[in-house]
Amino acid sequence: MIEWLSMGGYAYYVWMSYGMLAIAIIVELFSLSARRRRALELVAQTGEEANFAEEAT
Amino acid sequence: MASGLFRFSSPASFFPLAGRLVPVFGWLAALLALAGLYIGFVVAPTDFQQGESYRIIFIHVPAAWMAMFTYLVIAGWSAASFIWNTRLSAMMAQALAPTGAMFAFVSLWSGAFWGRPTWGTYWVWDARLTSTLILLFLYLGLMALRSAIEDPRRADRACAVLALVGSVNVPIIYFSVQWWNTLHQGASVSLTTAPKMAETMLAGMLVMGLAAWAYTIAASLHRVRSIILEREGHTRWAQELMR
Repeated sequence: MIEWLSMGGYAYYVWMSYGMLAIAIIVELFSLSARRRRALELVAQTGEEANFAEEAT
Repeated sequence: MASGLFRFSSPASFFPLAGRLVPVFGWLAALLALAGLYIGFVVAPTDFQQGESYRIIFIHVPAAWMAMFTYLVIAGWSAASFIWNTRLSAMMAQALAPTGAMFAFVSLWSGAFWGRPTWGTYWVWDARLTSTLILLFLYLGLMALRSAIEDPRRADRACAVLALVGSVNVPIIYFSVQWWNTLHQGASVSLTTAPKMAETMLAGMLVMGLAAWAYTIAASLHRVRSIILEREGHTRWAQELMR
């Protein structure tokens, strides 16, 4: 295992590359779910405003 | 036929379809990535020249392919939004940009960490590297331009122009290793000649390439659903979704 992780002396380069890909994907997945949450809040908000408008008229 | 194609070009009917496709492509991406990493780290032999450092290839090349291809897809959707004036095409172009930028960044980053042990430097201003950096800037430019224009329909048209003009950069990246003397090596895989690498190495790279495809499809479909809600959230069908 240790030998495999050492990547024949290239561990730093190999794992820096794969590590950054992992970080990039995690960041994108978080931003995707955050954007979805914001979009759903926005839809709910405009719905409430429309309801208020209906009640007012 | 035409009505069948255009049926899903309305955001209201595409929204549920995209919702069903996201988990399919998401799981496909995960399984392909696992298979590709297994081939890349377990099955593929050590390179006789570069040792284990070459294993960066299994993310570097698929990321670079995906970054270039995604830009062409964005240009295609942009052209479609120009020609048919379909809102969904522009939304798809918008949804693909962040994922394309991510892959462009990963290809530059992994290339730097591959260049250091093989060339002795993280970065050179060589044609392949510089044009890929421009690709990353084009992606960032598309996203910045989008957020700078308030009216979404005007933003669609401005971004479509930038996407179409910027697409000239993709063949420059692809052929840069032939047109100029570059430190970057030439293509190891091409449609016209036999691949210059071991079969298992090639297999690992192709499977990781397919994983990148599936991931991009899943991520962009997930994002386009949010974009549809952001832009069409006031409409009756979107409001009915919330009940």
